Amino acid sequence: MAGGDELKLLGMWASPFVLRVQLALSLKGLSYEYVEEDLKNKSELLLKSNPVHNKVPVLLHNGKPICESSIIVQYIDEAFSGTGPSLIPADPYERALARFWAAYVDDKMLAAWNQSSRGKTEEERAEGKKQSAVAVENLEGALRECGKGKPFFGGDSVGYVDVMLGGLLGWVRAAEELQGVKHFDPARTPLLAAWAESFGALDAIRPVMHDVNRLVEFGKMLQARQAAAAAGAGN
Amino acid sequence: MAGEKKGLQLLDFWVSPFGQRCRIALAEKGLPYEYLEQDLRNKSELLLRANPVHKKVPVLLHDGRPVCESLIILHYLDEAFPDKPALLPSDPYARAQARFWADYVDKKVYDCGSRLWRLKGEPQAQARQEMLEILRTLEGELGDKKYFSGEAFGFVDVAFVPFTAWFLSYERFGEFSVEEVCPRLAAWAKRCGERESVAKSLHPPEKVYEFIAMLKKTYGIE
Repeated sequence: MAGGDELKLLGMWASPFVLRVQLALSLKGLSYEYVEEDLKNKSELLLKSNPVHNKVPVLLHNGKPICESSIIVQYIDEAFSGTGPSLIPADPYERALARFWAAYVDDKMLAAWNQSSRGKTEEERAEGKKQSAVAVENLEGALRECGKGKPFFGGDSVGYVDVMLGGLLGWVRAAEELQGVKHFDPARTPLLAAWAESFGALDAIRPVMHDVNRLVEFGKMLQARQAAAAAGAGN
Repeated sequence: MAGEKKGLQLLDFWVSPFGQRCRIALAEKGLPYEYLEQDLRNKSELLLRANPVHKKVPVLLHDGRPVCESLIILHYLDEAFPDKPALLPSDPYARAQARFWADYVDKKVYDCGSRLWRLKGEPQAQARQEMLEILRTLEGELGDKKYFSGEAFGFVDVAFVPFTAWFLSYERFGEFSVEEVCPRLAAWAKRCGERESVAKSLHPPEKVYEFIAMLKKTYGIE
């Protein structure tokens, strides 16, 4: 490839999905150009690079687009397998477990969190809260199983699941103020609470993570907008 | 460990397109396995132990260790049996593209299809529009290629082909013809159906339609 590796990330500052990609790039020690997208006025490049979903993150590697955070993180690990640490385990069975839990973070845990705060009815939100508790408990078990007593899902060092979950940490902290909920309560999920501290403290991670205060401000603005829309819709 | 048996076992449900992905992959790779039909209304101890988190099929057991989620199972089969023909390409960019389209099928097809037969009136009309868009998008991705993966039957083909048995049902509920709307997709479906692995794993479209009719009755729809 002419001119070496050119990496460009189309993102949005508050997105946990975008953050995952940034965490992976940081862990691998890869430099890239970051482009902040205005999601209400998406760039030509974004629309052209992700015509199917029109979403961020999109990673462009020498101009070729890769979409969907889990796919991008796996791509970074595979395309730059000689650079920095490996994020996915080497053993096929451990890989299957890592992929399973990474998918679980989005399909179950995040979905439940979203329902608990954005569900349209009181009933839906209550169900979301219930599912959230189950999901977090399952993840605690996963950390115990995958980590085997070590601090991370990847063991001694950060792996794929750590990155996929880690992208959400800013919002997890913001949720304490925004929704009054502590997702990783040390009393109920001590391993996850400890993991959050350990992960956030890593040199490759700390500088990249979300500014929680900024997320809280943003979250409050979204809540206000949501309430106005609901009121306007005569709900 | 969920079970102690050596070798491969597949916990599955006859009409599940997700289970069929696994059956097709195992056949393509020439891997022998024991098929264990599950009763989803009365889940077995084995299933609940093998997949305590989702309690769903398919589950692949390899020497008693469970692997869950169909696309994860496909990855696992590629990686645990590297001497067999791989479904995913080796090039990282091509792998990312394959994963993207399999993910697209996962996110869109089954859910939209369900809404097509479960709903009526405006929501059904919306589901119909969405299904047409989904099929057209997939048609666009297939283009003039023999398979989604190119010359060889691969990951995206395996991920999507089980849904071809549902085309008849989508056509009836959505009142459209796949052949008319997406001729290349229709040709691809036929082409895949000629492969032994696919022919052996899929059930006749009429059987799928009957199954949906049975579900509708069970849920008191219509």
